[in-house]
Amino acid sequence: MGKIILKKVNKSFGATQVIPGIDLTIEDGEFVVFVGPSGCGKSTLLRLIAGLEDTTSGTIEIDGKDVTAAAPAKRGLAMVFQSYALYPHMTVKNNIAFPLKMAKVSPEIIEKKVTEAARVLNLTNYLERRPGQLSGGQRQRVAIGRAIVREPSAFLFDEPLSNLDAALRGTMRLEISELHQQLKTTMIYVTHDQVEAMTMADKIVVLNAGNIEQVGSPLDLYNKPDNLFVAGFIGSPRMNFVKGRTAEPYKAPTVGIRPEHIRLSTEAGAWKGVVGVAEHLGSDTFLHVNVEDVGMLTVRASGDFAVTHGDIVYLTPDENRIHRFDDKGTAIR
Amino acid sequence: MARAVSTRRMAIATIAAWIVALIIFFPILYTVITSLKSEPEAIQGFNLIPSFTLESYVTVQTQRDYFKPFMNSVVLSVGSTLLALIVAVPAAWSMAFSPTRRTKDILMWMLSTKMMPAVAVLVPIYLIFRDTGLLDTRLGLTIMLTLINLPIVVWMLYTYFREIPGEILEAARMDGASLWGEIVYVLTPMAVPGIASTMLLNIILAWNEAFWTIRLTTTNAAPLTAFIASFSSPQGLFWAKLSAASTLAIAPILIMGWFSQKQLVRGLTFGAVK
Repeated sequence: MGKIILKKVNKSFGATQVIPGIDLTIEDGEFVVFVGPSGCGKSTLLRLIAGLEDTTSGTIEIDGKDVTAAAPAKRGLAMVFQSYALYPHMTVKNNIAFPLKMAKVSPEIIEKKVTEAARVLNLTNYLERRPGQLSGGQRQRVAIGRAIVREPSAFLFDEPLSNLDAALRGTMRLEISELHQQLKTTMIYVTHDQVEAMTMADKIVVLNAGNIEQVGSPLDLYNKPDNLFVAGFIGSPRMNFVKGRTAEPYKAPTVGIRPEHIRLSTEAGAWKGVVGVAEHLGSDTFLHVNVEDVGMLTVRASGDFAVTHGDIVYLTPDENRIHRFDDKGTAIR
Repeated sequence: MARAVSTRRMAIATIAAWIVALIIFFPILYTVITSLKSEPEAIQGFNLIPSFTLESYVTVQTQRDYFKPFMNSVVLSVGSTLLALIVAVPAAWSMAFSPTRRTKDILMWMLSTKMMPAVAVLVPIYLIFRDTGLLDTRLGLTIMLTLINLPIVVWMLYTYFREIPGEILEAARMDGASLWGEIVYVLTPMAVPGIASTMLLNIILAWNEAFWTIRLTTTNAAPLTAFIASFSSPQGLFWAKLSAASTLAIAPILIMGWFSQKQLVRGLTFGAVK
């Protein structure tokens, strides 16, 4: 019901080519996340799928139908915006009912659907309020409710959690994932936060300057990044990259190793370094170690590994978790 | 910014403000005072105490009918405002939400037409009105007033519409609203304060317009501006009657302005205070 295929989709704004040409297939029911740094074109891609921007060339198919020239309302999609984009002059009830009103659905059915959506999203007590009287999380739910009642073939989320505080973001992340389990509708989610991408996605599309760097499941991208960009983008804290003489034993110009795959010792190891800043998170400690001939590396230690600024430590990378990259930045497998 | 202002400074500032306000208001005040004098009294000289006679008002109404020009003023102001809104709302929408490279140029060009002295095009316009039979008609004058105030209406609506987040209109589009649906269900309700201020301002501008309303009318469509002008006749100076006619002409708009002053101020300063 919600299979989306993009073929050679190209988007230019005047002389600037934002998306050079993308081929992508999104299967029905998948939770796909577009992730990438600011300005990589992920929001533009979402808007192209929504129909809010026209493609410069290429086709977009939804369930086998070519919708490249179709208006947004005719594509059977629903969108949740970063700023929620609720109608400030309408009550919550009318906000959620608006799409149904535009579709000329009968008032009885509107009443039924709005009540049901409000129940699912815990908004029943807020139906008569205006958006200005709601908290950020509640507004977010109204925006989702407005999308749900349309029963779209796919939901589009444009960085919906960016405006929420950290605690609320965590809760809403779970709620959206739960919603996906419940509705089993295709969801396309745009974010710059790779933690959101890793925790929510069935499939992640990593974008950089309009190009797809890699498509795969979260663990695929974590364990087998195709290139330097994906390796450095996925995983928090960032993967360490080692070049030059220290990388030689591993037979590659550049070698990558994640902070959590380095063993620490105060006695002996492969690389010697001096502890710089230590970030204590309680469960983990992240040490920034200045390693001879290499530079700053980030290493994860358990919370009770007791070192301070200036101490000497020895790092040993786990041989099985080393990533090798050639001089073009592509992974060597 | 909390700054302690001494009571003395506030008193001085308040008195100064009142003095300035009085100076600005004085012409109107003196007009009203003069309208309550008898004719000989009025010509006598500067005198702030009238004899509180209503004879000038009576003469004005019996000699010339006040009601007809009053109705003309109302029809012209309200009519040209509504007509201007019908044209300006879609125009401002397109400039605010789908601007092109030329949009700023078009806005500037529209405003520049207000910089031209009206008298420069008096003859061509008069001839066009004469040849199309629009002279001295309410229709002709409504069209004229609409056109001359249109740049300001479009400009004001444009600045209001720009304040509306484009995402909300996009959400309406995703929800299935047609273009007209967007404007009716989402844009207009959100822009109501802006549209109201613009309407008020345009009614005032149209009510006070004294060039075209005098030049293009004789009897049928003459509004209150022509009514006042008819009292400065070559037969003599009828100060008291003139003042009475003027007071009658500006009273409605003064009252309306008084009651809507908050919206007016907001409307006029909106673009400036950002």
